[in-house]
Amino acid sequence: MSAGLEVKNLHKSFGGITVANNINIQLKPGARTALIGPNGAGKTTFANLLTGILQPDSGQILLDGIDIRALGQAGRVKAGIAKTFQITTLFPEMSVRENLRLPILEREGYGAKWFGKSQVNYAADDEIETLLDDFQLTKYADVTVGQLAYGQQRLVEMALTLALKPNILILDEPAAGVPTSDSHLITDAIERLSPDLSVLIIEHDMKLVFRVANSIVVLVNGAILMEGTPEEISRDQRVRDVYLGERHE
Amino acid sequence: MNTVRTQPDPGNAIMRFLKKRIAVYALLIAISIAVFFLFPYDLGFLTRIIIMMIFVLSLDLILGFAGVATLGHAALYGTGAYMAGLFAVHISASPIVGLGVGALSGAVIAFISALILMRAHGLTLLMLTIAIAEVLKEIANKAQTLTGGADGLSGIVMAPIFGQIEFDFVGQTGYWYSFALLMIVLFFLHIITDSPFGLGLRGIKQSTARMRAIGAPVYWRLVAAYTVSGAIAGIAGALSAQITELVSLNVYDFSLSAEIVIMLILGGAGRLYGALLGTAVFLIVHHTAASVDPFNWLFIIGGLVLGVIFFLPGGLLSFPKKLGWVTTWFSKQPEETPR
Ligand SMILES: Nc1ncnc2c1ncn2[C@@H]1O[C@H](COP(=O)(O)OP(=O)(O)OP(=O)(O)O)[C@@H](O)[C@H]1O
Ligand SMILES: [Mg+2]
Repeated sequence: MSAGLEVKNLHKSFGGITVANNINIQLKPGARTALIGPNGAGKTTFANLLTGILQPDSGQILLDGIDIRALGQAGRVKAGIAKTFQITTLFPEMSVRENLRLPILEREGYGAKWFGKSQVNYAADDEIETLLDDFQLTKYADVTVGQLAYGQQRLVEMALTLALKPNILILDEPAAGVPTSDSHLITDAIERLSPDLSVLIIEHDMKLVFRVANSIVVLVNGAILMEGTPEEISRDQRVRDVYLGERHE
Repeated sequence: MNTVRTQPDPGNAIMRFLKKRIAVYALLIAISIAVFFLFPYDLGFLTRIIIMMIFVLSLDLILGFAGVATLGHAALYGTGAYMAGLFAVHISASPIVGLGVGALSGAVIAFISALILMRAHGLTLLMLTIAIAEVLKEIANKAQTLTGGADGLSGIVMAPIFGQIEFDFVGQTGYWYSFALLMIVLFFLHIITDSPFGLGLRGIKQSTARMRAIGAPVYWRLVAAYTVSGAIAGIAGALSAQITELVSLNVYDFSLSAEIVIMLILGGAGRLYGALLGTAVFLIVHHTAASVDPFNWLFIIGGLVLGVIFFLPGGLLSFPKKLGWVTTWFSKQPEETPR
């Protein structure tokens, strides 16, 4: 039995292309792990295998020692795994507030209630206000999400996912598209998270990765190239060659 | 969880609910009274409008709110009609119990078909909804000894409502009976669509992927919504059987399924008053246009629908808002979208 999330020998291919090739990763409680790698390396696919959007061809996904492959997406969310999408996936015709209210209603098991107003009875208002405040969205609380600038939609995406209060938080390029002036809102939010929560962050922005992660996994062509501390990774010649390239130093 | 407050006094919530809706409910009652006295010889037609309103409301829940496209809603309506009709002929002539039978059979057939339908999407889903209605129609046709087949099910004679109120020849009882049910259904749907369940249905329509990612069992939510929709469609079918005292194979017609979709889009899908408005406009235009020109009335309906789709994509119900937008456009600069 091991606590946290453990992935063993995970395989997935689309047709002839292998996108997950014998992946082994362990996310202990409190982990702050970054998953990096070139475009098309299979990072998003790996995240989707964890959340149940995709099913692996073989291998195991263990949460606190229990295989969760048979759980659907909803079951995995209930088990504490939540993910932000690389491509913003929100309720575009609802206000920011409603976007944050829905995950709270689901989390608390009120989502299937037929009676009682969604707006009043299960007022998660304090929690919503805190999230709005954390991401500086208070003044847009009642704006329809589809009308927000893209960067703000990214912040809603993050706030909405945090509203699920996950134990395992997967962030797929959370800062991509967020103006640099606002990207601290993302890192601040990560730093505020409870220390025993595990975070897997997929990110191309190395500054951000070095700021939040204490361990980095490099994925290339669906396989793990190497794994180590940020210092080890940035010193490694192979990683520089395939990924960091001339960008680093 | 300490951050989630417990439910406030439910009495309070009901008062708040009524306060918000009471004006519209009063308006609807006023219209029904006015129409009753203004068109005493058209009560049959008016009752038909009311029954179709109930049917279109049932469609609105699943198509307008949850975003599930269907061209086979007649399957639920027709089953409610046949079951209520058969129940009246063979078991009991009580209208109220008959309505219950219609609602139950609509719900059961909806639940069973939803188990298949809610796994499908897009064109496959549309084809399946059509297929189910056609299959049921064929069953009703083949079961001639029971249903009367192509001749229709006749011999329905309804007992007085609550053993007191007789159905009269002019159709006054039928009119008020249907109207009362419309109000009950509307009230019930207002509660459901305002609830967390209703918010979740809108969530499914706007982003199924996100709904799944927040842990909602999307499939079962849709099955539940379709079942409720089936119960309401079944009530509409039962009402039609009780009031016309006849059920024909037409209750399963594809054209009926298609027409109610048009009525809903015309009025404004996803809004309950849109369903009411669209049904009334469609049937009144149909009625008048068909009496003016029995052959070309479809052109008028078609033109109306195209006009709405191009100029009022939110349906006729969005007209005042659109008008409001036009006036603000002329008076002041529109508000800047927040960045
Ligand atoms: N549903 C799918 N069917 C077929 N191929 C797919 C599918 N999803 C992803 N792929 C392919 O799998 C490979 C990995 O894609 P993935 O999106 O996981 O990469 P990524 O590392 O997240 O890249 P990026 O940095 O651009 O987000 C790509 O070649 C992609 O084209
Ligand atoms: Mg990706």
